[in-house]
Amino acid sequence: MDPKEIKERMKIPKQAMPEQDPKERVRNFYEVPYGYTAELAMEEAKRCIQCKNPLCVGGCPVNIDIPWFIRLIAEGKFVEAARKIKETNGLPAVCGRVCPQEDQCEKVCVVGKKGQPVSIGRLERFAADYEREHGEVAIPDIPKWTGKKVAIVGAGPAGLTVAGDLVKKGHKVTVFEALHVAGGVLMYGIPEFRLPKKIVEAEVEYLKKMGVEIVCNAVIGKLETVDELLSNGYNAVFIGTGAGLPVFMNIPGENLIGVYSANEYLTRLNLMRAYQFPEFDTPILRGKRVVVIGGGNTAMDAARTALRLCPEEVTIVYRRSREEMPARIEETHHGEEEGLKFLLLTNPTRFIGDEEGRLKKIECIKMELGEPDESGRRRPVPVKGSEFQIDVDIAVVAIGNGANPLIPQTTPDIKVNKWGNITVNQDTGRTSKKGVFSGGDIVRGGATVILAMGDGRRAANSIHEYLATGVW
Amino acid sequence: MFEIIEKRQLSHTVALFRIKAPMIAQKRKAGQFIIIRVNEHGERIPLTIVDSDNKEGTITIISQEVGKTTSLLGDLEKGDSIMDVVGPLGRPTHIENFGTAVCVGGGIGAAPVYPIAKALKTAGNKVISIIGARTKELLILENEMKNTSDELYVTTDDGSYGHHGFVTQILQKFIDEKRRLDLVVGIGPVPMMKAVCNVTRPHKIHTVVSLNSIMVDGTGMCGACRVTIGGKNQFVCVDGPEFDGHEVDFDELIRRNRGYLKEEKMAMEELTYHEGARCYERGAS
Repeated sequence: MDPKEIKERMKIPKQAMPEQDPKERVRNFYEVPYGYTAELAMEEAKRCIQCKNPLCVGGCPVNIDIPWFIRLIAEGKFVEAARKIKETNGLPAVCGRVCPQEDQCEKVCVVGKKGQPVSIGRLERFAADYEREHGEVAIPDIPKWTGKKVAIVGAGPAGLTVAGDLVKKGHKVTVFEALHVAGGVLMYGIPEFRLPKKIVEAEVEYLKKMGVEIVCNAVIGKLETVDELLSNGYNAVFIGTGAGLPVFMNIPGENLIGVYSANEYLTRLNLMRAYQFPEFDTPILRGKRVVVIGGGNTAMDAARTALRLCPEEVTIVYRRSREEMPARIEETHHGEEEGLKFLLLTNPTRFIGDEEGRLKKIECIKMELGEPDESGRRRPVPVKGSEFQIDVDIAVVAIGNGANPLIPQTTPDIKVNKWGNITVNQDTGRTSKKGVFSGGDIVRGGATVILAMGDGRRAANSIHEYLATGVW
Repeated sequence: MFEIIEKRQLSHTVALFRIKAPMIAQKRKAGQFIIIRVNEHGERIPLTIVDSDNKEGTITIISQEVGKTTSLLGDLEKGDSIMDVVGPLGRPTHIENFGTAVCVGGGIGAAPVYPIAKALKTAGNKVISIIGARTKELLILENEMKNTSDELYVTTDDGSYGHHGFVTQILQKFIDEKRRLDLVVGIGPVPMMKAVCNVTRPHKIHTVVSLNSIMVDGTGMCGACRVTIGGKNQFVCVDGPEFDGHEVDFDELIRRNRGYLKEEKMAMEELTYHEGARCYERGAS
């Protein structure tokens, strides 16, 4: 691209994505951003200066050929753009929505050095949505069966990525999922207004059309162990069971009615559609005052979901200050627009209930920031004697998740660290057990969708190599 | 989808279902349970696996109609299907030859007690069983329990059949008679399990209960079923469902199980309204 054109392109302003008005959207579960129109997408795509050595590709954990697909969008070839992305990413409609692009592809975008980076995530989302909505989803050619079978435990982002990659290489793939639908956190965790469930279902459907077999209601470790899978004809196993173990605060009153783990709260609402109770059968407790404890994306999802159940007030209680909140800035901002309140540098010390055992108040203590800890963030220290109480009906504990222990418990020769996370070779995803690979949150602890998918990609390549050579 | 191979009405509100689920049938052990979802809009509820037939590939469950979901299940007939069945879940009962084991089942609790009594008997225990119900009509599994026990005692609260009174009175009588009891397994409504533990506690008789807390996923990912056991938080679905009864905070469990009473009533009223409408339509045609 000649310098003059680059200059012209740099002048185009970043295209805003239309979204639902905060006052409107806080009363419904429809998706907040509407997504780009074709015109907006083409205009935004023109901002890409088509670098010869594109840094954005390196910033993407699954290395999508970003300049190429963006060029196709700029030329109006939307379906071709979607197919280009799908060569390396099986779940683009999901990633375009939930990836923290500001820390990945868009962080290293050259256009962003002087102004706003190209909206890579929004363009990825546009292409995937366009292809799906225009019924032009193409199934790639699948090579002849290699004769090898792979079992995948867990149908979350890691497992689904491995499944898609391996089936394209000609292997037979079966995904075992404990819940009644595939998708993992995409179905039970991330709310409908951030990631419509029909999009996840469509992407799972796409994998099935490629030949991936998905068995729901199958709890590996209970129904069959990993050893049984290996001796029943599977040549390799990938474990992508995630970090689904809720962490509680271990403070008095935590078992009062009205205190939820974020996992339970979000599972009832997203997976079981309790917000549509009694049309759907799973109930959820509603209250006037809701408190969500924690400062990550899960806390933000729980709080923004709570807002949509029409309470008087939803408050985030977080023990550090705003700067340390691990949630995406965009989501915190969305929450604020929707009326979310923040009680920072505050930590609950106990839950207080009535005679029926229902939550009524939370006692909190003020915190101040001390020296930086291992994570580099300043450690919160309680301020002596600063306890105070707030009225509350519902509390959601969103302070993190631990590793799901079921597979390590039933497969003792898979090595885990002191937190119960499976130990793997970082380059290959190999565990300590022959033929068994792992990746995603069960290895990393709670991380992101795209990192789990990156792990899946690496593991799939290394599973393919193992199946071809038999060398461990 | 999981096909219902056989349905048998045990009482007006209690029915037995044999369901085709070969993998679960092969793996399940006494004390384990399944989670079911009846239909697309349904909730997930836990039910004990009462029995299984490996050759036929079936599992048996017994369900009492107490609310919307169990009523929807009760409406299903042979040949119908249950949308989702997942299991076997929970830890199996610890079975060994203890000596003399007393198996106490209150109401629908006879259903979860039965497979345990059977396994204890097979392991060489002398099995004494006590089953009770509010009234004769609600008594279930009497023959099955008789066939797997060395002695069987039956009680009804209203005296309409067997001993007039509670299961705990028979248990207390054994203790007063100084019979040797090495293990007590007590399963039923929470107040009944609490009462059984109160009877055995002063005599330090090892007592196992199977807890029936509210569950969602049943695989340990949400903590809806958490209970306090010996001062520590445990998840019934993965750490249980069976616990040392003398360690359980029953009052907390009773309170937590009442958490959704209002919503449960609302769901049931809605169902009754629609069923009423359905009946009316049928009558009109």
